[in-house]
Amino acid sequence: MYYGLSNFYQNHRRYVKSRDDSQLNGDNSSLLNPSKECEPYRTSENKPIAPCGAIANSMFNDTLELFHIDNETRIPITLNKKGIAWWTDKNVKFRNPFGTTNNLTALFQGTTKPVNWPKPVYMLDSEQDNNGFINEDFIVWMRTAALPTFRKLYRLIERKNNLQPTLQAGKYSLDITYNYPVYSFDGRKRMILSTISWMGGKNPFLGIAYITVGSICFFLGVVLLVIHHKYGNRNNSADIPN
Amino acid sequence: MGCVNNRIKTSKYNILTFLPVNLFEQFQRVANAYFLFLLILQLIPEISSLSWFTTIVPLMVVFTITAVKDATDDCVSICSKLPLQSLQQSILQNEKWMNVKPGDVIKLENNTFVAADLLLLSSSEPHGLCYIETAELDGETNLKVRQALPVTSELGPDIRRLAEFDGVVVCEPPNNKLDKFTGVLFWKDNRYSLNNEKVLLRGCVLRNTDWCFGMVIFAGPDTKLMQNSGRTKFKRTSIDRLMNTLALWIFGFLVCMGIILAIGNSIWEHQVGAHFRIYLFWNEVVNSSVFSGFLTFWSYIIILNSVVPISLYVSVEVIRLGHSYFINWDRKMYCPQKDTPAEVRTTTLNEELGQIEYIFSDKTGTITQNIMTFNKCSINGKTYGKSVFINVLPKTVPVDFSFNPLADRKFQFYDHSLIESIKLGDAMVHEFFRLLSLCHTVMSEEKNAGELIYQVQSPDEGALVTAARNFGFIFKSRTPETITVEEMGKLVTYQLLAILDFNNIRKRMSVIVQTPDGQIKLYCKGADTILFERLHPSNEELMSLTSDHLEEFAGEGLRTLALAYKNLTEEHFKEWFKILQEANTSVDSRNDYLAAAYEEIEKDMMLLGATAIEDKLQEGVTETIASLSLANIKIWVLTGDKQETAMNIGYSCHMLTDTMNEIFIVASHTGMEVREELREYFALQALALEGDLENEFVEVACMCKTVICCRVTPLQKAQVVELVKKHRKAVTLAIGDGANDISMIKSAHIGIGISGEEGMQAVLASDYSFAQFRYLKRLLLVHGRWSYFRMCKFLCYFFYKNFAFTLVHFWFGFFCGFSAQTVYDQWFITLFNIVYASLPVLAMGLFDQDVNEQNSMDYAKLYEPGQLNLLFNKRKFFICIAHGLYTSFALFFIPYGAFYNTAGEDGKHIADYQSFAVTVATSLVIVVSVQIALDTSYWTAINRFFILGSIAVYFAILFTMHSDGIFVIFPNHFPFVGNARNSLSQISVWLVILLTTVVSVMPVITFQFLKEDLNPTLTDQVWLNLIMKQKPLQNYMRRVYRTNSRRSAYAFSHQEGFGELITSGKNIHISQYNYFILLKSGAFLKNC
Repeated sequence: MYYGLSNFYQNHRRYVKSRDDSQLNGDNSSLLNPSKECEPYRTSENKPIAPCGAIANSMFNDTLELFHIDNETRIPITLNKKGIAWWTDKNVKFRNPFGTTNNLTALFQGTTKPVNWPKPVYMLDSEQDNNGFINEDFIVWMRTAALPTFRKLYRLIERKNNLQPTLQAGKYSLDITYNYPVYSFDGRKRMILSTISWMGGKNPFLGIAYITVGSICFFLGVVLLVIHHKYGNRNNSADIPN
Repeated sequence: MGCVNNRIKTSKYNILTFLPVNLFEQFQRVANAYFLFLLILQLIPEISSLSWFTTIVPLMVVFTITAVKDATDDCVSICSKLPLQSLQQSILQNEKWMNVKPGDVIKLENNTFVAADLLLLSSSEPHGLCYIETAELDGETNLKVRQALPVTSELGPDIRRLAEFDGVVVCEPPNNKLDKFTGVLFWKDNRYSLNNEKVLLRGCVLRNTDWCFGMVIFAGPDTKLMQNSGRTKFKRTSIDRLMNTLALWIFGFLVCMGIILAIGNSIWEHQVGAHFRIYLFWNEVVNSSVFSGFLTFWSYIIILNSVVPISLYVSVEVIRLGHSYFINWDRKMYCPQKDTPAEVRTTTLNEELGQIEYIFSDKTGTITQNIMTFNKCSINGKTYGKSVFINVLPKTVPVDFSFNPLADRKFQFYDHSLIESIKLGDAMVHEFFRLLSLCHTVMSEEKNAGELIYQVQSPDEGALVTAARNFGFIFKSRTPETITVEEMGKLVTYQLLAILDFNNIRKRMSVIVQTPDGQIKLYCKGADTILFERLHPSNEELMSLTSDHLEEFAGEGLRTLALAYKNLTEEHFKEWFKILQEANTSVDSRNDYLAAAYEEIEKDMMLLGATAIEDKLQEGVTETIASLSLANIKIWVLTGDKQETAMNIGYSCHMLTDTMNEIFIVASHTGMEVREELREYFALQALALEGDLENEFVEVACMCKTVICCRVTPLQKAQVVELVKKHRKAVTLAIGDGANDISMIKSAHIGIGISGEEGMQAVLASDYSFAQFRYLKRLLLVHGRWSYFRMCKFLCYFFYKNFAFTLVHFWFGFFCGFSAQTVYDQWFITLFNIVYASLPVLAMGLFDQDVNEQNSMDYAKLYEPGQLNLLFNKRKFFICIAHGLYTSFALFFIPYGAFYNTAGEDGKHIADYQSFAVTVATSLVIVVSVQIALDTSYWTAINRFFILGSIAVYFAILFTMHSDGIFVIFPNHFPFVGNARNSLSQISVWLVILLTTVVSVMPVITFQFLKEDLNPTLTDQVWLNLIMKQKPLQNYMRRVYRTNSRRSAYAFSHQEGFGELITSGKNIHISQYNYFILLKSGAFLKNC
């Protein structure tokens, strides 16, 4: 299950550089003194912002819930929120600040939440290994998109067994807790469900492109072969002037 | 007169000043200053779209390489300076040549170069005479006489008195007129006027004179030689100039792109960005969309600056340096006899060698060896001597001259019938050689018994007298009144009655001698055309036979002289002698009277035969000239020598052939006359032409197949070169060996010095030097052609690569709000041009070749694309740009399409910016590597290693930079951690890379295929031929055995005046003869 945003310039230069990788890597000095690149989301009320910068500040915070409607009853679909980020991101690139205690609230002492966030970073999730900087929703958002229209993995829906499809045919309902404003910049939100194959998600571009290029190549090959047979031999070394 | 010493400084640096001076010089180059400016821009945070290291790292690399190259160049120039300095001249105390100042008195010894312009004070010869060879100065091969003032010649070898010499010379300011000098010497309250006859010029060689003393008048740059050598100009190749123009164009293009993107940015900020503020605030300083657009302009200038790549200039330099070393190391251009390899003295001109259209060549010492050999003769209607072409065969045995103890061992003759005739006592043959041994102005010297040394005024005479000597008619010695000859072993002394001297109008010389038995004979040698008019009518039959032979000789390019004799009765002679005396004593127009008197006696002569002298060409000259003309290179010979001599060489090296129906000689003296003649020629060609004389001359000359300019001074040589450069816009090359060629070597695009036996002056002024003319063929057709070919390919590829690399940012600009966000990782931008993509293209620039050296030499036509500038010009450049543009388009939009709606294999998203960057970068590296593999036509191990190595290094660096370890140490500089691992393990990413590569490369393959099939160039055909393993076509030049030639091949490099010297006895040694008589005849000379 993906959420998609369009017309959202996650690849804008000022947006892309507005983060502090050492802060996100758990560096304690950067935590309290974030990089200048984060301006103007570096400090708020004279306290350093954790996580600082425009990217973090604009984190997507709608909540999506999916229900299967079976005989008027709504059965919630289990949405897996772990395993959506890259392993390296979760384990190497993003780390919570290091300290004597495991209590995140204490570790983030002295910092303040990003301006747009309703709650601080250490309250993103109840589970300890998905909280703070290593919250996977946060990590996914921080991996900025290449293009202004993009989608990001939101939740995984696991297939229960091989006998039945992951989502059976039927009625479904999607509940959205709307927090994230996109009207101001003429943005669009999408929710995408996609099945994964050996080549990744459904993406017709490559297939079409391959078929097109392949046909062109074949056509060219035939044409060139004909031309070569017709004209190629006539120039063979017979008359090299000197 | 200022005291200028003889030294000329050439090196720039020393160890201490190297770093600051070199850095300063490097920043003076516009390109480097430009990159410094970019670096400063990058330090402004609002503008900086790239980290500072992306510019500073390449800049450092470039500076280091350039500095190393400059240092080595300077070292070379220091080393090459050494031989000049260490030449020593014995002055009164030993002093180095470079320390000579005006006013010094210096001593010169035989066969040494004159170090400065000198006033001759005294010499070892009587009357302060001294002989000089001026070939280095004006190309003339005969000796010239200089005479000291009588007052100074009395000083003799007395060093004490010479040291006290305190004369004052007042003379003209330094100028470049070689044949004029005016000045006055004030000494001991007397005034002596000085002219050219009293002066030895720098560059001359002292000959036949044991020593002489002279006072320095001009030294160093003031000498006439140096005044003649023209300014040293900084030479640049046409590719260089084109490259600079293109760099400007690209810069303009860059600014255009910057403006487009900046406008885009303003609009975007206004239309879209304004609504996006909730997520992306302005910086404090930036608060309007126009200002933002302005800043974006600079940001994009920084990002896109790699279209004018910093590494371009340094790569070009490295490639040229490499090509220079290839020339230096070429064993086929190494001359084992002289132990001299070819040497590149200016390393920045190599590709110009592949574009030469005009060659200006010196004659003496360059085309010819300046050695004359007696090759053939025709005596009484019978020819002797084998053809010059046949005697190359090893079987023919030279004539054995061992019967003659005085024979010159170096002399070789290949016809035994001649020696038979002599031994049989054929009277005409004897008379023939008697003439040769009598009719000349040679001086002899018998140092030890059996060791005879001739002092010759011209090499032709030397050859003739030496031939007579070997055939048993040995000229032993002469006095003003007698000539002693050893004829077939017995000594005969002839009374010398008169010498009818040679000059250029008479074209002949005669002697009148009285044999011991009282017979008076006139012996005459001269031009056949002149002589045949003065023969006795009974000679008709012999004359036609001989002229047939002369034609044959002429056809072989030999220089001919006809020989005749006449028996005189005593009365006749006495009568005539009276006329001669009268003519001699007449005050005005003495020369006219003398000529008339000579005319009187030189008639009704009996023809003896003719001689044919070979002016030996340098090895392989004919073939070289033939192939170069096949390559459409025009060769002009510029020589200071006479017209006949020059034309003869033209024939002997097949530049002139008898099939050329019209040989057109411009020989007028005034501008108007020349104009008339040129006009006449135009009328002939039915061509009307306006404009000035210069233009007309160039027009006519360029229509000609061959141009030979004779009697040109060094400065005129340069002017001719300049003329062609100016009016034809052609690439010129000048080749010469002597100091008289310096000016043209300097003014041509490329100057080549032949490192001859003596004299390094031409070499020192040249850009390339080697030992023999024939290496020119290899230098141009192989090295020059390859160099040009490689440089063009290199430039094409280089521009293509950088456009493909850079323009991706341009496309991306439309999708990232024109925010100057880069597509690639910053490290990739830093390293792409200096690590990933530099070595393969360097290897191609260094080693690539389209056809091998043998074919380059055989098919001289392959040289033409260079002259027509086909391989890299503005059109080619635009094709490369379009190719780069297309590739960048494919590189951006294929990943764009693929990433638009994609997800990874495990469902995790891979359409993030960093994955996109890695995909595009990887595609780019693979595409440019595949492209260079397609472009490379000659694979060496180094090419393979570099191409595969570059890809390997790319992946190695990629994975290192994206590794956990390096991120942990510098988390802010390497934010791409784990990216390579995640992206490159996706199959779809590899599918994207494959598709991009195919799409980028496919059109190029198609075009190349179509071009080779439908419109193959000569190169393609030759290459195909080579692949098919067919037998190489026999394309070697066949020597043309031409039979007859309807022209006079007369040529004789001789000068007037020696006859008079001999009869007056002035040049005969005091030790041998009575001083008293000499003084008397000296006085006689003065009266005339």
